[in-house]
Formats: sequence, C-alpha cells, structure tokens
Amino acid sequence: MSIFEYNGSAVVAMVGKNCFAIASDRRLGVQLQTVATDFQRAFKIHDKLYIGLSGLATDAQTLYQRLVFRHKLYQLREERDMKPQTFASLVSALLYEKRFGPYFCQPVIAGLGDNDEPFICTMDCLGAKELAKDFVVSGTASESLYGACESMYKPGMEPEELFETISQALLASVDRDCLSGWGGYVLLVTPTEVQERVLKGRMD
Amino acid sequence: MGDSQYSFSLTTFSPSGKLVQIEHALTAVGSGQTSLGIKAANGVVIATEKKLPSILVDETSVQKIQTLTPNIGVVYSGMGPDFRVLVRKSRKQAQQYYRLYKETIPVTQLVRETAAVMQEFTQSGGVRPFGVSLLIAGYDDNGPQLYQVDPSGSYFSWKASAMGKNVSNAKTFLEKRYTEDMELDDAIHTAILTLKEGYEGQISANNIEIGIIRSDREFKVLSPSEIKDFLEEVE
Repeated sequence: MSIFEYNGSAVVAMVGKNCFAIASDRRLGVQLQTVATDFQRAFKIHDKLYIGLSGLATDAQTLYQRLVFRHKLYQLREERDMKPQTFASLVSALLYEKRFGPYFCQPVIAGLGDNDEPFICTMDCLGAKELAKDFVVSGTASESLYGACESMYKPGMEPEELFETISQALLASVDRDCLSGWGGYVLLVTPTEVQERVLKGRMD
Repeated sequence: MGDSQYSFSLTTFSPSGKLVQIEHALTAVGSGQTSLGIKAANGVVIATEKKLPSILVDETSVQKIQTLTPNIGVVYSGMGPDFRVLVRKSRKQAQQYYRLYKETIPVTQLVRETAAVMQEFTQSGGVRPFGVSLLIAGYDDNGPQLYQVDPSGSYFSWKASAMGKNVSNAKTFLEKRYTEDMELDDAIHTAILTLKEGYEGQISANNIEIGIIRSDREFKVLSPSEIKDFLEEVE
C-alpha cells in the first residue's frame, strides 16, 4: 500500500463569487482500521487564508505547524498578513527543500487575495504548484472528487449555493472511497465572515 | 583619550560604553564624498558628488549609485570597495526573498537585512566594520521611502538626509528647503542646490550622480544629459 494511502484523506476547495470554500473528510485510519472520526485536515493560517493537507497525517500536522511558525514570523517582521499567492510560493519552497525525503502530503491552499479575489491552488508532495480558477482536490478520494466537482461545479456561485455544492461533491466522492469519509468539515469564507459546518454523511 | 587602550579590538567595549572601531568607521564615512537623499510626495531622489582623482579617469566607468532591485536604489559615503561588497550581499538577499515568496522584497525588509549584515561585522572576530553609510531609496506598496544605514547597523527613515564631508551644512540647507508635499522634480532641484552648496569647484553633469524613483517604481540613474537639463533649470 502506498504511503499516501496509509491514513486516508479527502480535501477539496472551490471558488465562488467573492468567496471560497474548503472542505475535508474527518476520518483518520491506520490502513483498514478507523482510529478517529473527528480528525482535522483543513487549518487556518490567517482570517483569509486556509490550507488543507491530505496524505500522511503526521506530515500534515508537522507541515501545518512549520507553516504557522513561518507565517507568524512573517507577520511580526512585515507587519502584514501573507497574501495567498505568496503563501503558496512559500509552501512550494518548503516542500522542495525536502526533495529527496519529502513530506507525504498534498496541500490545498485557498484564500482571499488583493481586493478579496479568491485564490486556490494545489501542489504535489514536492511542491509543483497547480493553479485553478474553479476547484482543486487532493487525497485518496481525489479521482472521485474530480468527477463530482467537474459535474457539480458552476462559476460565480453565491456562498449558500457554493456550500451546498462542495458538501454534495465531498460526500458523494468519499462514499466511493473506503479510506476517507465519516462525515465532512466545510469552511466557507467570504470577505466579512467565516462559516464552519460539520456534515453528517455515511458513517462508514 | 582614555578610550585608546580599547580601540584595537572591535569586539571590546570601551569604559565609556562605546565601540571605538565603529566611531572610527563613522569618521571614515564623514570624510567621504557628500551624498544626500530627499523623499518627495511622489518619489525619492538620491545624489552624490563624483569627484575623480584625476581628469584621466574615465568617468563613465565609475558608478556610485547602484540598483539593488528594480524598485530600490542605493548611494553611499565612505569606502567604495566596502560599498560594492554590501551591494552584492543586498542584491543576493533580495533575490533569495523573491525565490522564497515570489514577491519583490519590501524596502523595509531589505534595509533590515542589510543592516543586519553590517551589524554582524561589528560583533564577529577578525573582521572590521564597513566604512560606509548607505542611503537606500525605494518605492513599494508603502509608498516612497528613504533609509540611512550606518556602519554600526542602525538604520533610520528620513524625509531628507545627507552624509559625508559637508553633512552639517547640507542638513541645515535641507531643513530649510524641505516641504512635506514636495514633488519629485522640486526635490531634484533641491538636491542639486544642496550639492552645489558644499561643492569645491564647478558642478557639472559629469561630476555628480543622481538616481530617482517615481511612482512607476523603476529606479534609474540619470544620464549626464538628463542631469544637464536639471542643472540648467536650476541655474
């Protein structure tokens, strides 16, 4: 079994009208055994920047801690928050530093940049960035997620509709993947507020 | 002075609480050619005298004002070779920042890192402080900025400042002439007049250097013909 499939994960981010949503599943497994059903994979960096990390859970946690550390120092030195594009470049550089002994994670970065323009991107475990205008996916359920998002997504969705779409896409995809699921966790971010919601899906 | 017993080693404080080597470095700066900078409402200008030791020197080969990044320039007073080392290090730091963040380095960050380099050389063994003070001029998201960095590593943000031989006269002149809402072209004229004040001999387009940055964020060193135009406006 691949190291990326050891814990099981599903992360997706979508762009709406002046908003974005990032969602992840909640299962933490050790191969076939489910060990936790409330595992967090999407984290806040600052009010308008979130990162979801799929793949090996220990690397996801450590990488998140390193990124928060770097961002806090940046905030203190530069007296401002990092822009999403800048943060994505930082993550890419950090991952490539470990080119010959990588972090087994695939990050999904979502944020509101200048003028609250939504920004999403994903990268592989070595830091190859992939920008997208509509949605990005990663994790063991990524193939199903690609299919679900492609069919359900439309551009310029309002926050409520975006929430519905990303939730349906996530739940439908993790149902087809035995290693991810046990509900979902969705963050919907607009320039004025952040909504967090926990989804109940097939608990298996 | 009683400090002289403590002036041999940089890394030893004197009883009066000074690092005498840094004082000497500042003296080296103070005997260097005058340079100055003025921050206007829509840009920054930096200028320096370019007195060459002989008329046989090819003045086009000497460039005292250097670009650190496309939107940040620097001028110095003091020892030229030390300046070149600092320019090289600063340029590298700016590029490292870009490689990491894919964003051009803000002026304050570059100043901070350059100052940190200069400070390192006041606390390491076997090295001496840099014999230059720098005037760093840049334009970024926080608008036009002008910083002075000293051999000790301390840095200050200025609206207008001068360094080198004629510093006190030049600063008095600038204090009188500076206004908050100055436009860049006025600032260039003021800079030329300030240089003229302390200049021994006849000022011309070939023996001063001027660098400017406007709101287009492109630092450029003026060519002799451009300087000539400004000189004519001032006369």
